[in-house]
Amino acid sequence: MSLRTQPGPYFGDFGGRFVPESLVAALDELTAEYELAKNDPAFAAALMTLHMNYSGRPSIITEVPRFAEYAGGARIILKREDLNHTGSHKINNALGQALLTQRIGKTRVIAETGAGQHGVATATVAALFGLECVVYMGEVDTERQALNVARMRLLGAEVVPVKTGSRTLKDAINDAMRDWVSNVDTTNYIFGTVAGPHPFPAMVRDFQKIIGEEARKQVLDLTGSLPDAVTACVGGGSNAMGIFDAFLDDPDVALFGYEAAGDGVETPRHAATITKGRPGVLHGARSMLLQDEDGQTVDSHSISAGLDYPGVGPEHAWLASIGRATYLPITDDEAMSALRLLSRTEGIIPAIESSHALAGTLELGRALGPEATILVNLSGRGDKDMETAGRYFDLLDEGAEQS
Amino acid sequence: MTTPITSGAVSTVEHTIARKRSEGGGALIGYLPVGFPTLTDSIDAAVALVANGVDIIELGLPYSDPVMDGAVIQAATQQALANGFKLRHGFEAIRAITAQVDAPVLVMTYWNPVLQYGVERFADDLRAAGGAGLITPDLIPDEADDWMSASERTDLDRVFLAAPSSSDARLVQAIEASRGFVYTVSTMGTTGARAGVDAAARILVERLRGVGCTSACVGLGISTPEQVREILGYADGAIVGSALVKALTDGGVQAVARLALDLAAGANNIRPASAPR
Repeated sequence: MSLRTQPGPYFGDFGGRFVPESLVAALDELTAEYELAKNDPAFAAALMTLHMNYSGRPSIITEVPRFAEYAGGARIILKREDLNHTGSHKINNALGQALLTQRIGKTRVIAETGAGQHGVATATVAALFGLECVVYMGEVDTERQALNVARMRLLGAEVVPVKTGSRTLKDAINDAMRDWVSNVDTTNYIFGTVAGPHPFPAMVRDFQKIIGEEARKQVLDLTGSLPDAVTACVGGGSNAMGIFDAFLDDPDVALFGYEAAGDGVETPRHAATITKGRPGVLHGARSMLLQDEDGQTVDSHSISAGLDYPGVGPEHAWLASIGRATYLPITDDEAMSALRLLSRTEGIIPAIESSHALAGTLELGRALGPEATILVNLSGRGDKDMETAGRYFDLLDEGAEQS
Repeated sequence: MTTPITSGAVSTVEHTIARKRSEGGGALIGYLPVGFPTLTDSIDAAVALVANGVDIIELGLPYSDPVMDGAVIQAATQQALANGFKLRHGFEAIRAITAQVDAPVLVMTYWNPVLQYGVERFADDLRAAGGAGLITPDLIPDEADDWMSASERTDLDRVFLAAPSSSDARLVQAIEASRGFVYTVSTMGTTGARAGVDAAARILVERLRGVGCTSACVGLGISTPEQVREILGYADGAIVGSALVKALTDGGVQAVARLALDLAAGANNIRPASAPR
């Protein structure tokens, strides 16, 4: 049986629709319209034209031998989603959902964002399609990703800093859902990751699976065989599902998702949902979740705003439960040192999110040895992270001098 | 440890609503969250609601991600959580309230706390504490198999929501799945006082009646005796939440009691008393 393109709403025991009744009609409409669009060659053609002439697909792959020296000599190949227009894989999904919004005939879009990459992608497609755009972003994230706030505003979007709860991505999703409940007649919710109620997990995966479909062929062309392992960072998990999907039915290709371990999974300050969480319901789906014994969501922590989320997409929870993919934690420090290593060895500055995948790959390469080939999804570029990186390394360098 | 099956017993919530209708009015349902501003105050406030004419208590369990709630209830429940609210306080509050007053106590809760507690265990403990059932804002009947069987076994009410956007087929599903009443969402939005109650509420109640609903209570945005009176002209019950929470926030238990008394005046003598419908 193929593991690919599971249609939802359920992925094994995970997924579903745990939402207020007010949203069911909108989710039904979106599901029905997406099913039509999926089977409409004109929709696929319009999306492919945008990919080729607007966002710059196919994205290239880059082999990184100088970086690979630190990974036990394994052959390491990056899928360069960082080179997409707007700087990450998020544009793939935003373009698809904007086309769908146009098809449904709605004029206003809303989005949640953590690192700001999905917000920027949504603001970008809203500008391109002439849609009104409101982006919800936790107040903490507006501060640590100020550059992306400015980008969204320049693109004409309204950015709403969310001041409730932990003031991060989870609370931004809460407020976006409240907006959607109130304005569903005119508004489509462009959800940024493979979480949330059906149809979002399956639909967002479908809009992102082009990453793996391209990369699978590119790696075959370059090396003559499939990679031994495919790696990606996992917050909600859209870039990981995007690159995993094409390999799900290749049993010899191991799949590794790297979660944000913050200060360490042995501390309370992390975002390692699959590693440390339990099944539960959050934001419309049953999945793995960081929660206390009462089912209250526990605040997550990560230096990376894009991975700072206490939930994860239900398809990842399923892939973990059946053992098809392995999820491992990467600390802030491990990610930041991989960020610096790729910058210095290859002249590529990765996003802090993607640096979690790089850090995991360094360890994996050492374990697999020099014969192995590892494909890494470099999901975003690090320009947005210069303030965080500057602060982090300045402190580190100062500390190093003192010691 | 399981409660014996008492299938066929009349829901005390339905019974209360029917009695109010036969007396020429309708049911006034008051919402307050447990643990706000303190556990004791929340119990006293709920008791004061009933003492001042509220017919059914909707006791909210604070939850970290309340997507159906507006600013007032979010602030109150966030404070309750910061003060250390635990699920067991919910059961303690139900015990304390039902020991003092006769009104049925429904619990309003998002689904994950029930799931983590264990659906069957939650139903048993709710029943044992004297609770009447659950209002589940983020659980639709499509996902409610476990709760349907647990509530059947323990004879608890299940209140599902109907929204202006719901299809007729979904209204029928909500009516068939619900026991107690159907929570009729007055407007497309979250909880919070609004100046006028949407015409959508009346239309939705008419649609529910058209597909056989005999117990429809309207909630969201209701804050004044006039609105209660208007709604009870066509619906079986009116649910007030944020206005009561705001009164509790601003003026304590006394202010809640005063508002409840005002609201209750709107819930009585709307039409001549009649046989129960």
